[in-house]
Amino acid sequence: MNWPLVPQQVMTGILNGGTIALIALGIVLIFKASEVYNFAHGHLVMLGAFLTWWFAGAEERGGELFNLPLWAATLAAVAMAMLLGLAIERFILRPMTGQPVLAIILVTLGLAQFIEGGASILFGAQPKSNFPTPFSPSDVIRIPFPGAFNDTIILKQSLVASFLVAAVASALFILFFQYTKTGLAMRATAENHDVAQGVGIRVSRIFALSWAIAGVIATVGGVLLATVTGVSLNMATVVLIAFPAVLLGGLESFAGAIVGGLIVGLSQALVQASRNIEVRNSAEIVPYILLLIILIVRPEGLFGQKRIERI
Amino acid sequence: MAVLRPAGDFDRSYAQDMLLLRQPWQRWAMALIVLGVALIPLSGNAYLITTVNRIMYSIVAVQGLNVLTGMTGQISLGQAAFMLVGGYIVALTAQHWGMPIFVTLPLAAVGTGVVGLIFGLPSLRVKGFYLAMATLAAQFIIPWLSRHIYPEYLGGSSGRIAVPSPVIFGVTFNQVAQVFYISLTVLVITTILLVNIRRTKLGRSFIAVRDNDLAAEVLGVNPFGVKLRAFFVAAMLAGLAGGLKAISQRSVGTELAYGLNESILLLGMLVIGGLGHNLGPFLGVATIIFLEDLANLTGATMASLFPAHATNLLTSFRPLFFGLVLMLFLIFEPRGLAHRWEILKATWRMRPFSR
Repeated sequence: MNWPLVPQQVMTGILNGGTIALIALGIVLIFKASEVYNFAHGHLVMLGAFLTWWFAGAEERGGELFNLPLWAATLAAVAMAMLLGLAIERFILRPMTGQPVLAIILVTLGLAQFIEGGASILFGAQPKSNFPTPFSPSDVIRIPFPGAFNDTIILKQSLVASFLVAAVASALFILFFQYTKTGLAMRATAENHDVAQGVGIRVSRIFALSWAIAGVIATVGGVLLATVTGVSLNMATVVLIAFPAVLLGGLESFAGAIVGGLIVGLSQALVQASRNIEVRNSAEIVPYILLLIILIVRPEGLFGQKRIERI
Repeated sequence: MAVLRPAGDFDRSYAQDMLLLRQPWQRWAMALIVLGVALIPLSGNAYLITTVNRIMYSIVAVQGLNVLTGMTGQISLGQAAFMLVGGYIVALTAQHWGMPIFVTLPLAAVGTGVVGLIFGLPSLRVKGFYLAMATLAAQFIIPWLSRHIYPEYLGGSSGRIAVPSPVIFGVTFNQVAQVFYISLTVLVITTILLVNIRRTKLGRSFIAVRDNDLAAEVLGVNPFGVKLRAFFVAAMLAGLAGGLKAISQRSVGTELAYGLNESILLLGMLVIGGLGHNLGPFLGVATIIFLEDLANLTGATMASLFPAHATNLLTSFRPLFFGLVLMLFLIFEPRGLAHRWEILKATWRMRPFSR
């Protein structure tokens, strides 16, 4: 361990973890509402980022259809993502109701491939570095911290901003589930489809709604990620680390997804404080190593429920 | 399995009861098919030879998945990573110890099988989605290791090393048309093994675990042991397939399509062909590789129509078509093409009373 680097990496890790947590929330939402393991969530994140980039003026060659400021582009992309979520639920997941887990996982994998191909046709396979971010890489906040490298912690403004947005979005999300009538209906549906139907909740509408909301938070997560790293098709694979985060926290738990996201962010940042180059390089697989450990030691995750299976 | 047989077709001995191809015409047809495939390299058509060779080693990998996913019901998203392990084993044993192919390929199978066992360990406690995640971890960890450990052997960050051409009885197999026969031999052997595994105690316990692992345990099957065996067999076949792929491409490395998308492609081939059906891997792999060629053709056509977007269009249709076809199959025919084939056979048998 290179101790002077640790405070810096802890802060960076937590800030990165915020975005991962937001993306993980989307996966948990879909799972809780409809017991679908959405392997296409990473691709929804990628598509959301690409749509925002496109609404914001794309390549800036002059021939583009839209040239909106970032906030308006994000709103437009969010609207598109909502429609897409509704369409996915209606045309892909609803015909699959009652199919085994394997088929559900495969259909989301197929959807992921489809989105990847579509995005590559529409937007091109090259990474885009011109995502309209309000910050430049040199916009940093310096916090004096004795003992750290150069006695300061340097935080990129883009990271801080995306963490704040992710925190606000997660808070709104959880408040929505705790206090609004629709949120309560969604929780009831997650608990038991038949009983929820019995008390007058329209379960099919709840499924559709949860996909729409998942599309929205995927897009927000994509925009936050893109302001830090730029847009590329590769984002979808990078975002798969939200799955270890979800499993660390436990599949059924929103709080768990947030904690899991922060743990994944922290672990990725902390290995980079090592003096050993191979340990530093392992940042991309550390979440998966954590995943294997948690699957063997405590498969239900930190906050998940143990399941009792009946024949 | 109760097989409907025509009147007059009955067994006079146990040996006859166990025959796989019971009618003389079936034996002739099978011999003709194998002979027909074996004649392909003589045609000299490079495209045909390469494609059929690719189909054959992909079938071996998908057959492995068929044991794990189709027969035992465990999902694996790491088959391509196991192929990478097999490829490396073939490359390293041939390069550094000069081993003949009769040794390297079995070594690749067993070595990859052991790696598969390690990533099958979580199946002790988890199944379904959780197990898919464990194999997803394998899919990320194995290629990472191949890029970062022992760079002098595994090729370092580019992760690509050359595979020496195998020499059999003094003949160097350095053309695809020659490697073709190695793939064909392996495919014939694995197919015979897999058709038979279904009729053994092991095969039946695979299916018992798939249908309900708790019930299987009550019946005296050890589910964990059976799952581990399935992981071993699946990884073994992946290792063989990876070895064949490495020999065909004459190099092995992470950049040569051993990633997550390749694993998903293999799973998709299995589903489109028919999960748990012996014919599934054959139909699925052939369909998907044909579809990929169609996608490449579409991409090329579209690129010539819209030259401004040529770079976007050339390669994008492959995931698009594959994802679309996979989703359509899962929604409309989740039992795959093999099931359609069974229906067709039943219709033919029932004629003229079938629709």
